[in-house]
Amino acid sequence: MESSVEQGLALLFEESSAGNCAVSLPPNDVSDAREGTRGLKPAARYEGIPAGLLAGEPPPLPEIGEQDLVRHYTRLSHRTFSVDANFYPLGSCTMKYNPKINEAAASMPEFLNLHPYQPADQVQGILELLYQTRVFLQEISGLAEVTLQPAAGAHGEMTGLMVISAYHRDRGEDRINVLVPDSAHGTNPASCTVCSRVAQTVASKPNGRVDLDDLRKKVDRNTAALMLTNPNTVGVFDEQIGDIADILHKQGAMLYMDGANLNAMLGIMRPGDFGVDCMHINTHKTFSTPHGCGGPGSGPVAVTNQLSPFLPIPQVIKKSDGTYDWDENRPKTIGKVRSFYGQIGVLVRCYAYIRSLGPDGLRNASEKAVLSANYLAARLKGHYKLPFAGPYAHEFIMIPEFGDSGVTELDIAKRLIDHNFHPPTMSWPVHHCLMIEPTETESLRTLDSFADCLIKIAREAKETPDLVKNAPHHAPVKRLDEVAAARKPNLRWQA
Amino acid sequence: MNAPNDRKYTESHEWHLVQGNTVTIGITKIAADQLSDITFVDLPAVGAAVTAGKAFGEIESVKATSELFSGVSGKVTAVNTDLADHPEWVNSDSYGKAWMIKLQTTNPAEVEKLLSADQYNKKFPG
Repeated sequence: MESSVEQGLALLFEESSAGNCAVSLPPNDVSDAREGTRGLKPAARYEGIPAGLLAGEPPPLPEIGEQDLVRHYTRLSHRTFSVDANFYPLGSCTMKYNPKINEAAASMPEFLNLHPYQPADQVQGILELLYQTRVFLQEISGLAEVTLQPAAGAHGEMTGLMVISAYHRDRGEDRINVLVPDSAHGTNPASCTVCSRVAQTVASKPNGRVDLDDLRKKVDRNTAALMLTNPNTVGVFDEQIGDIADILHKQGAMLYMDGANLNAMLGIMRPGDFGVDCMHINTHKTFSTPHGCGGPGSGPVAVTNQLSPFLPIPQVIKKSDGTYDWDENRPKTIGKVRSFYGQIGVLVRCYAYIRSLGPDGLRNASEKAVLSANYLAARLKGHYKLPFAGPYAHEFIMIPEFGDSGVTELDIAKRLIDHNFHPPTMSWPVHHCLMIEPTETESLRTLDSFADCLIKIAREAKETPDLVKNAPHHAPVKRLDEVAAARKPNLRWQA
Repeated sequence: MNAPNDRKYTESHEWHLVQGNTVTIGITKIAADQLSDITFVDLPAVGAAVTAGKAFGEIESVKATSELFSGVSGKVTAVNTDLADHPEWVNSDSYGKAWMIKLQTTNPAEVEKLLSADQYNKKFPG
């Protein structure tokens, strides 16, 4: 077996050999301990420092020449998987292609070099951009007012629930319960807890839609809101949404929409038109900022007129003389939810994306996202089990069912790596499923090669299951022992 | 994968072995299989109070973290401390070595609300 160095997987420590160095330091002309001790033996140099605090030897840092160091990191960077290099069909995350013009806009020194403490009259440009972004998102959501402050989707959920709670409190009601369908994103119940509300589960019907009978049973005068993702996490649009809104509104409860799947409806329908009172928009997903692995996100919240007095301050406004400013005068505001004004860089990308596509382009993007998902579902039907009937929105779930072969969704995901496809979301929201979201920008050729690959893997699962169960075969790292890694984590290199 | 007849069950997949006022609790084989390889079990201390329908601990697998629920209220009289070193027992011996806690029940009537093995097996055919 090849050593880790021969495989190109070595750590810097393993590539180290004594005497190599990537930098040439000038001679030390500063006394490092006390005046006049340079050149003395360490014992004399550090006189007065307790022996227990002195390291006996220098730390064992890797010793590597400059070129080897450059190659080490270049090799690692080539292994980075990104949507710029390969197809990335990660359901529920909208890992779409992020047009490079967004990066050009966000890197303009006129935006980059602003300081958040500059007075409004010096930063009219960014204020205009933020104001227009707010107006665009209001138009897209069909809601009265948007705050750009929240820094991510879950932060938007928290902000929305705080606004809804403030609204109920303002009416003298402390509605403690928030309803969440059993197919919800995990952040929904978590946001309830963070906002001191109690999450209650609402059942789904076998077709993936909300069980209206269960909803009617659970909504009462203690219900603050229902948090609903629509299209939902199993990929279908819940056409009962109007009834759902009515059931809630009759009891004075609010309909909150998790905007995770907004990519399916831009310019086609507006949440405000089907009864949504409050929603967050993951601008990093739908409006294209590179994200994942920790950021950056942005989660503007859109609300009805009923809820707008409670939005965070400051709000960016356009004054009657045509200039832009910050408005702090909102007596009922929940206050600030973030320092300064939100994730400005993500919002600049969002603005650039909306402006470069325009209303027709946005609608076209959503139509293509929906078409791509339904095309893939149609091609894969018969090879995988599709537990929910179409038509689908912009994503769908499928379950590998290969009888006694023992091939699971994990094995399919690992085998996809051999073909340079990023594995889709796994095992959620339905056990053993794969959730596939192709997004709007993949060509028919890419969609077909992905479908061909999954069909080939389905055949392998039946005919040569071990080939699938031992995948990946062509990746730098083979099947990892996740159980041992979790039970006995080895987190530090040791010689 | 049938759940054994000698105990009672919750819909959240905990088994309850009732012996007088002592109830031993663990999770079913179906739950363990769904979670896949268990890596960590977080249990309460002896003496802790447990409420029916409320979480008493957490279980972690390579796939997910879930809460552990008791179907009955009571005081913890014993905890299976071996699971700290052998979380894999939950997968290999769900109904035996992987018991989690023993409770002294404070409201024995709650036992009647639990599912029988038949009811559980019908609801979750595995």
